[in-house]
Amino acid sequence: MKPASRAGAWLAIALGSLYFLLPLIATFEFSLRMRRESYSLEAYRVVLTDPGFQSAFGYSILMALLTVITSIVLVVPTACWIELRLPRMRPVIEFITLLPLVIPAIIIVFGYLRLYNSSSWLPLTGNERATDLLLICSYVTLSLPYMYRSVHSGLRAIDVRTLTEASESLGAGWFTTLAHVIAPALKSAILSGSFLTFAVVIGEFTMASLLNRPAFGPYLQLIGANRAYEPSALAVIAFLVTWASMGLIQVVSRNAAGAGAKRRLPGA
Amino acid sequence: MPPSPQSGAETTLPSVTAVPGPRLAIRLDWLGIVPFMLFALLFLLLPTAFLMVGAFQDAQGHFTLAKLGLLLQGNVLDAYLISLEVSAASAIVGAIAGFALAWAVVHGGLPAWIRPSLLTFSGVAANFAGVPLAFAFLCTLGRTGLVTLLLQHYAGIDPYSTGFTLLSFHGLVLTYLYFQIPLMVLIVTPALEGLRKEWREASDSLGGTALHYWIHVALPVLAPSVLGASLLLFANAFGAVATAYALTGSSLNIVTILLYAQIRGDVLHDPNLGYALALGMIVITSLSSAGYLWLSARTQRRRS
Repeated sequence: MKPASRAGAWLAIALGSLYFLLPLIATFEFSLRMRRESYSLEAYRVVLTDPGFQSAFGYSILMALLTVITSIVLVVPTACWIELRLPRMRPVIEFITLLPLVIPAIIIVFGYLRLYNSSSWLPLTGNERATDLLLICSYVTLSLPYMYRSVHSGLRAIDVRTLTEASESLGAGWFTTLAHVIAPALKSAILSGSFLTFAVVIGEFTMASLLNRPAFGPYLQLIGANRAYEPSALAVIAFLVTWASMGLIQVVSRNAAGAGAKRRLPGA
Repeated sequence: MPPSPQSGAETTLPSVTAVPGPRLAIRLDWLGIVPFMLFALLFLLLPTAFLMVGAFQDAQGHFTLAKLGLLLQGNVLDAYLISLEVSAASAIVGAIAGFALAWAVVHGGLPAWIRPSLLTFSGVAANFAGVPLAFAFLCTLGRTGLVTLLLQHYAGIDPYSTGFTLLSFHGLVLTYLYFQIPLMVLIVTPALEGLRKEWREASDSLGGTALHYWIHVALPVLAPSVLGASLLLFANAFGAVATAYALTGSSLNIVTILLYAQIRGDVLHDPNLGYALALGMIVITSLSSAGYLWLSARTQRRRS
């Protein structure tokens, strides 16, 4: 490699690091400024003891968990079925799972409000529990690209056809095969999709705000419009949550790679 | 992967024979995707289709183009224009910067630990959008942000005296880049990894210069994936709401914020305008995504 191009590469990385690290440093520094006289963790104390924060964060965690479960139940059997029985439908399913990247969230939720309002055939926005359900469904929709891609690449890595045939020849039904053979083999792919979904959903603003649910995203916006130092502490917390989710994906996929290598060794 | 003739024969066989068993099995096969299809229909396809049809209907359900006429108002056209500009600027700058970073870690001869670090960080930053991102940039380049203060104290420059404000076109583009560049890195790194070192060596050994290599080898190979990724970045920025809303409130007139205000009823509520705005957005994001799909299909065909 020529020295000039290596210098260019270092320059790109240096500028990139500057652009990406400065806002993180600045946000952290800002979050410590709440007491005039010295740096303190006062903003974090105020945020973490705010009942509004606790209820919004708790609500969003609950919604995110329910989203992850629904998404797994919907996507894993479908992806397996497509792989085993209906490969010719694969392009159609793939296309549908990519649509949430194409159609902005604000359009989808606007459609919900028009289609499922309280005077419609399916009044899902009529009461709070039904709206929670609609919010979960909207999050599952948002998660489709991530969950499907993750599970699909997981299916590609294992020989799902042989596993299924082996399981069925031993007398297992479709559900047993799915729950006890395929799902464990897909564990790391499912977990990756789940953490990504969690990261996307936990601070989501548009859907929650327009469906008028007390989630973390709208709470962040409200605090941002009314307070000075708390928003920076919240941004640091949100960044840590995203970072933790992504970190867990790394751990999970590394463990899977390690376990796979171990499993292959005796056969080799 | 070309379909083998046997598998084709297998799938057509049951439909030509009159045995009821296989036919039933074929029909049962379709049952397996019913839950997914039903979900997609209820929560993705129908709501979108409802808006698209609604944009062409009047209150009595008759066909009309009147709602689309609402798009021709001055402030609506302005909103579309600013949205297009912000999305295009953040997509182009994001694509170039993301490409440069990905190139640096794949072919730049840097220490090996930098590549996984960059990719992990990109995974985080690409998903660190929305309200917290707006907070982060306000802490950085807002009026009392760290970088603003540092520039004032040490460089003697006050960005805000030069007319800069974060709550503007430039501020919004600068903020969007924080998730656009990492997204580009994530999409384009696999394409760059496909660029073989042997091609550069071949070009060099035939007497080609770096310029020859770029014009005749690297760019033609990479162009579809880079262009496709840029279109995806464009659609990504075009549909974004939360970052812009948290950053500028309703002060910056972009189309998602206009639609958000329409739905919330913050401004003079006109449901017809909502339908028209939605249709316009769907058309724009669909066109750019169709371009992406077409380009990525071309890339895959070439690789196979």
